[in-house]
Amino acid sequence: MKFIYQTWWKVIAVVLVLSTLITGLLFSVPSLPVLHETIRNLYFHVPMWMGMLSVFVISVFFSIMYLRTGKEEYDLASIECVNTGLVFFTLGLITGMIWAKFTWGEFWSGDPKQNSAAIAYLLYCAYVVLRNSIDEEQKRAKISAIYNIFAFPIMLVLIFILPRMTDSLHPGSGGNPAFGKYDLDNGMKIAFYPAMLGWSFIAIWIATLRYRIRLIENKRNNPN
Amino acid sequence: MKKFIILAVMLVSFVTAFAQQSQTVEMADTFRSSGKIYVVIAVIVIIFIGLAIYLFSIDRRLKKIEKEK
Repeated sequence: MKFIYQTWWKVIAVVLVLSTLITGLLFSVPSLPVLHETIRNLYFHVPMWMGMLSVFVISVFFSIMYLRTGKEEYDLASIECVNTGLVFFTLGLITGMIWAKFTWGEFWSGDPKQNSAAIAYLLYCAYVVLRNSIDEEQKRAKISAIYNIFAFPIMLVLIFILPRMTDSLHPGSGGNPAFGKYDLDNGMKIAFYPAMLGWSFIAIWIATLRYRIRLIENKRNNPN
Repeated sequence: MKKFIILAVMLVSFVTAFAQQSQTVEMADTFRSSGKIYVVIAVIVIIFIGLAIYLFSIDRRLKKIEKEK
């Protein structure tokens, strides 16, 4: 776990995001009805979900590692990844709502994508509540690790699979083309991929910071 | 002659109606051509640099505390 104490990847993440802030606003985008300039939100709204997804994946990894080894640090890493993921989840929901207001007409139009994202949000909030309701440390770690392992695939199905099987206003659903169709021929990739990568690493960075704080707190609480 | 004028007027009005229908998608082109988009970019970049520096400073402080242990 030396990786989390190193600086180079943090610098790369910052440079990547900085580059997309500039290219994302300057580079030409396709002129599409309804979307107009808001298509540039692709560089900022979607990477929030990517950031959330990366820390949630890491969290599941550490949950499995905890169940295999029973090491307390893995449990702490897992919970801090979920905490960070929830921040990005909230940002993704809010930015999505603002985007929806100006393209779909309402902040919340009960769209399948929005509804299932909200359910998945509650699922992870329940994880935090469940965790905080158990006093005994080992029991807490074990139960929350198992919950996390089950919550992750349900979240994936809710956000990325179910809305695509029904009619949804969101791109990529119900015969509605995702943005992949547009960025192929318009150089949007140059701004989009660094954004995805950069924001994921920013999310991971924040998670590692929270984890290191948690480690110190943990040591202070149980000195032995 | 009158018929011709009426026809011409109708044709012209059709052209305008048609032009309105096929209006180009409105983009922030003037904002870009006037160069004011750079103001927005400057603001966003400064905000992000500030946040990045903040994160780096938290990182440094943590490193110090970790070394004390």
